[in-house]
Amino acid sequence: MAEIRIKNVAKNFGSYQALHDINLTIADQEFMVLLGASGCGKSTLLRIIAGLETATTGEVWISGRRVDHLSPKDRGISMVFQNYAVFPHLTVFENIGFGLRMQKLPDDEVKRRVERTAGLMHIEQLLKRYSGELSGGQRQRVAVARALAMEPDVILMDEPLSNLDALLRMEMRAELKGVLAESRTTAIYVTHDQVEAMSMADRISVMHQGKIVQAASPIEVYRDPAAEFVASFIGNPPMNFLPAEAAGSGRWTVAGQSFEGPANGKDLKWAIRPEDLRIADQGFGARAKVVEPLGAHLLVTCDVEGHQFRAVLDSELSVKPGDVLTLAPQEGRGRWFDPETTLSVA
Amino acid sequence: MTAVADVVTPDARKAGRGLYWAGVILLCAWVIIPLYLLFVNTMSSPDTVNSFPKSFIPEFNMGSLEFFMGFQGMLRALWNSVLVALMTMVMSIAIGAPAGYALSRFDFRGKELFRLLILLTRAFPLPLLALPLAVLFIRTGLDDTAFGLALVHTTLAIPFAVLITFSLFSGIPLELEEAAWTLGCTRLTAFTKVILPLVLPGITASAIFAFVISWNEVFAAAVLTIENRTLPAFLLQTLGEAPLHLKFAGGFILVVPALIFIFAVRKYLFAMWGIANR
Repeated sequence: MAEIRIKNVAKNFGSYQALHDINLTIADQEFMVLLGASGCGKSTLLRIIAGLETATTGEVWISGRRVDHLSPKDRGISMVFQNYAVFPHLTVFENIGFGLRMQKLPDDEVKRRVERTAGLMHIEQLLKRYSGELSGGQRQRVAVARALAMEPDVILMDEPLSNLDALLRMEMRAELKGVLAESRTTAIYVTHDQVEAMSMADRISVMHQGKIVQAASPIEVYRDPAAEFVASFIGNPPMNFLPAEAAGSGRWTVAGQSFEGPANGKDLKWAIRPEDLRIADQGFGARAKVVEPLGAHLLVTCDVEGHQFRAVLDSELSVKPGDVLTLAPQEGRGRWFDPETTLSVA
Repeated sequence: MTAVADVVTPDARKAGRGLYWAGVILLCAWVIIPLYLLFVNTMSSPDTVNSFPKSFIPEFNMGSLEFFMGFQGMLRALWNSVLVALMTMVMSIAIGAPAGYALSRFDFRGKELFRLLILLTRAFPLPLLALPLAVLFIRTGLDDTAFGLALVHTTLAIPFAVLITFSLFSGIPLELEEAAWTLGCTRLTAFTKVILPLVLPGITASAIFAFVISWNEVFAAAVLTIENRTLPAFLLQTLGEAPLHLKFAGGFILVVPALIFIFAVRKYLFAMWGIANR
């Protein structure tokens, strides 16, 4: 059982506070993604769990054992780094077997494990090569194989795919997900790429300015963002926001349309995903400004009462800039946010 | 290109390039011509060396060099030079490399000042130190020993050892070390199993450089030793009244090993000053 508990962890770099009071529990065998823009503290949090960085305050527990005073090698973790960190003076075989040799395992056991993990990552044919003779994608595979060969309780990954080209990244994404599910390890995966996060995670922790804004399943993060930041960070294009005016007893007026909403509150923001809009007889009057045919869809950037408003529409439609569309939101997809706290309100 | 470059006329650019090449040639000549003359005169018979006009073509007359090989005390001085240089090499790396590692991997107060001070040790003129050093060495019994001289040479070589190893360690991504830590290494085993194999060629170069510094050093050697003179000090003492052709040969014997060593490690010396030359 490799459950990870992070209790009240904070980190200061001098006067700069990188992490504020983080509390997070990651279940055994869960695939947790830490998602956020660069500088949000996600890598720092991962490095604190790994033991490469010490928390200013707070505790880290792995498998019911407090580890924040232990060195990385005693935490039962292994890690995959952004730049792969494949040792250039060793062959692929010795790279994958490095940790096993450090544990002083017998030669035949090292050989068995190296060959098994190399097989898992499809690099059996590269075992005799040096890292200088490998492509970026191959190095990535070596780095993952090396981490897996340790058979760790927890595997930590710091933007492992960000140095690969787009096609390879997509391929590796699916492969990594499969291999990790099979290995039954708890995984923490840091990325700034929301597609990676959505497609791989059991749960996503969205981080912003050193805090976890929301920790929930990918679909929940997408459908029910806990804060405006999540709504505008996740999804491409992001959610549309319009100001809402109270019209009494849980009724709200948004750009001339009447909606049922939260029972109380003064001024709220109403939000909708661009793909939850469709052309209808009744709805927002939206003047198209930019029309971008994306093949699968048509992305139309419009103006609704002076606010920017995007809609993802059927690619068969013919829309020109200047056209006035009538857009209606799909039932039950609108969300409400309090502009003061920026948090979601039900 | 910036707006300034657009204003430069082709003529000016041509002149600039001419100036550049003139500078390159001048600098090369500055170094190469004396070396070449040294070579020519070493390889000439005593008569040719003393005659006029000079020839610029070597005769390949080995007389002067052969004389040196049989010269009394010469082999002993050579052995002393090697001994002192080897000790300097070991000590400057043993002290300099850990300092270089610390500078590249840790942040501490006064780090920049420390780097500057290392260089400043070179700004201290040795003649100023010579007398107190000689007195101190006589008191402690270090005078006229290879070890005593190696201590002084180590002081001279350490700034370079620190700076070269600093740039070597800085060139190795921290991630490699961190990866080793997560794979079961302590700081020490990560160093011996990952960092050391990677920096070993550079460390060797830095060691050779320390060797050359000691090999070339003459002032401290002449002041601090009497019986156990190193080659430069020995030649300085004995060649004062020697004929011209032997002076040339003596200089040649000193210069060539140093040149060969420096040439072998030139890549790492560039790295020391932050010039990429790969």
